[in-house]
Amino acid sequence: MRIAKSIRVVAAVAAVGLIATACGNSLDSNSSGDAAATAAAPSGSAAASGGATATIKVGFVSAETGPLAGFGEADKFVVDTMGQYFAEHPISAGGTNYNVEIIQKDAESDSKRAAEVAGELINTDGVDVILVHGTPEMVNPVSDQCEANQVPCISSDAPWQPYFIGRGGKPGETSFTWTYHFFWGLEDIAAVYQDMWNQVSTNKKVAGFFPNDPDGQAWSANLPDMVKANGYTINNPGLHTNLSQDYSSQISAFKKDKDEVLTGVPLPPDFTTFWKQAKQQGFNPKIATIGKALLFPSSIEALGDIGQNLGTEVWWSNTSPFKSSLTGQSAADFTQAYTDATSKQWTQPLGFSEALFEVMAADVIAAGGPDKQKMVDAMKTMKVSTIVGDLDWTTGPVPNVAKTPLTGGQWRKTAAGSQFPWELVIVSNSIAPMVPTGGKVEPLS
Amino acid sequence: MGWLNAVVQGVLLGGLYALLAAGLSLMFGVMRIVNLAHGVLAVVAAYMGYFLVDKLHWPAFLTFIVVIPVMAAIGYVLQLGLLNPALGRGGLAPILVTFGLAVVITNLLQQFFSADTHSIQTGTIATDSIHITDDISIGVFSLLTFVVGVVVIAGLQTYLSRTRGGRAMRATSDDKDAAQLMGIDNKRIYARATAIALAIVGLAGVFLGMRTQFSPTAGDATLIFAFEAVIIGGLGSLWGTLIGGMVLGVAQAVGAQINPAYGILIGNLVFLAILAFRPTGLLQKAVNS
Repeated sequence: MRIAKSIRVVAAVAAVGLIATACGNSLDSNSSGDAAATAAAPSGSAAASGGATATIKVGFVSAETGPLAGFGEADKFVVDTMGQYFAEHPISAGGTNYNVEIIQKDAESDSKRAAEVAGELINTDGVDVILVHGTPEMVNPVSDQCEANQVPCISSDAPWQPYFIGRGGKPGETSFTWTYHFFWGLEDIAAVYQDMWNQVSTNKKVAGFFPNDPDGQAWSANLPDMVKANGYTINNPGLHTNLSQDYSSQISAFKKDKDEVLTGVPLPPDFTTFWKQAKQQGFNPKIATIGKALLFPSSIEALGDIGQNLGTEVWWSNTSPFKSSLTGQSAADFTQAYTDATSKQWTQPLGFSEALFEVMAADVIAAGGPDKQKMVDAMKTMKVSTIVGDLDWTTGPVPNVAKTPLTGGQWRKTAAGSQFPWELVIVSNSIAPMVPTGGKVEPLS
Repeated sequence: MGWLNAVVQGVLLGGLYALLAAGLSLMFGVMRIVNLAHGVLAVVAAYMGYFLVDKLHWPAFLTFIVVIPVMAAIGYVLQLGLLNPALGRGGLAPILVTFGLAVVITNLLQQFFSADTHSIQTGTIATDSIHITDDISIGVFSLLTFVVGVVVIAGLQTYLSRTRGGRAMRATSDDKDAAQLMGIDNKRIYARATAIALAIVGLAGVFLGMRTQFSPTAGDATLIFAFEAVIIGGLGSLWGTLIGGMVLGVAQAVGAQINPAYGILIGNLVFLAILAFRPTGLLQKAVNS
């Protein structure tokens, strides 16, 4: 078949353009999908306590679509639930009853888009505070926007190192004025994973499967030192590019080193590809603890039988012993409500998404109203017991950060006839003893 | 031995890329349409396979008898309804139509299936392998994908060069006005070509869904590798697409052997080198006759 030359040029240009778009993470360029969930209370109800009535505008940013959508999957439910709650229970602060208007924006899993919607929330919608969660890719750009525009920002679901150091903060030297965060850190991951590894007899050689992205860089740079004291060595053959299709080179490096432990922080599809290839090519570690890729039930379902006893970090679960400071619901009640409303299994970001609203409400009350300066001043010494744990900004590893308890879990098949085929069983609580375990570490078969 | 293993795995990966790229190559060869919805259509096929296996409990490899004809039908209708009208409006119009289609389908998938990732369960074949040496094991599923890729390309090439329908397709491709004068209805030929292309996409999509996990947005990465395979091999050349897929697969696997960070990068560099030094692709000349 002969091809006209001009067409070839068009095709070539299209091809190059395609690479550019693909690298930019997604094909979509429209800004649809922004939903404004307003929860204005009926004007009569708030006046009951006699105070004046006003409205607080809360911007809520997360990834509802795109590759990170798993993190934002529960957000529609959380925003609806919270909207309903605040409609019935306006925040009472400084003698005024505040209705809460939640403006939800989809960052489409794209950092640039996240910064853009944060800008819209600040400049167009005039929000009083922004809440954001779901990986450093979402949290950092939104936090940076808030810092630049002097709007309070409360965030979660990103280890504190990429959040704080990744944004140019220097522990012990600098801090941020407008942005506050709660989550765990890499030191917790190292502690939890080692506790799990210690319960299985191995040669202490660890295969490191790290991607070339902010998480992979932070983990591969910090984990080796953190596990050295216990005699573990991490074999890192190099950081792989996300969405690679072949992992033979890493697998042969792991086999050659005779690694018996596997850890890493890959994307879910990459771990699936890797784990199937590892099984094909005969790499069979005795225990595996994988961050990020195995957070969601859908990821483990996609793996099928070879997912049994794969381990991951557990930030929050349906057995967490904490209650919401707003609704009084326990973790078990809240996850059940989610399942009832959506027919879906609970995910870890669910609790953290709710906790953002708890912190926001506590902050408004402590500040005596939505005054931006007073709100950030109050955050410096904020202590609040949320559904994800007791948060305390006075004892964090750096200013701006409060830590949450971290445990470790393994995915196990449920008994036949259960509502969901897999469950995440908590098997390690060495650094968060208040969280009950549901079983013991089991080696991979 | 590590290097040899990288080459072997790269070649097998090339089979998958060729399978993914064959439909793209055919549509471009016959109609000069760059189908930017190609990747997301493969994901649609993967969802169909997932639905049949997970919800209706079909055996994984039986899904082809439904997915392939349905995708072919979608292709036929798509060409008659959307792409043919766009063809007469300049080179860019069909590209824009397929681009819009990609965005629409991605969002529809997200609406109906949510952002959850899924995979088509195939049982033990996913992890079975043929042990050759301690360093080299060939995955049964990878081998199957490779064989299917080669068979599809060979079959398609035979169809184009040996059958009456294939000749009509080539004639339309070479000079559609002259073909029309000979009584060929080019609109129908185009619809048939797109139907075949999407049938192959259906096959490729189900293989992709069996191989790893997918979500509504997984089409982008798929499209990019398919596109590179087509360009490396030579636009419109089917054997070229097979070679292109293998070159890309080997480049990525060998690149990753040097350093895992270089795998995709070296694949992209090979692609750019071909564009710069041999823009017609590796095999373009060979099939001109």
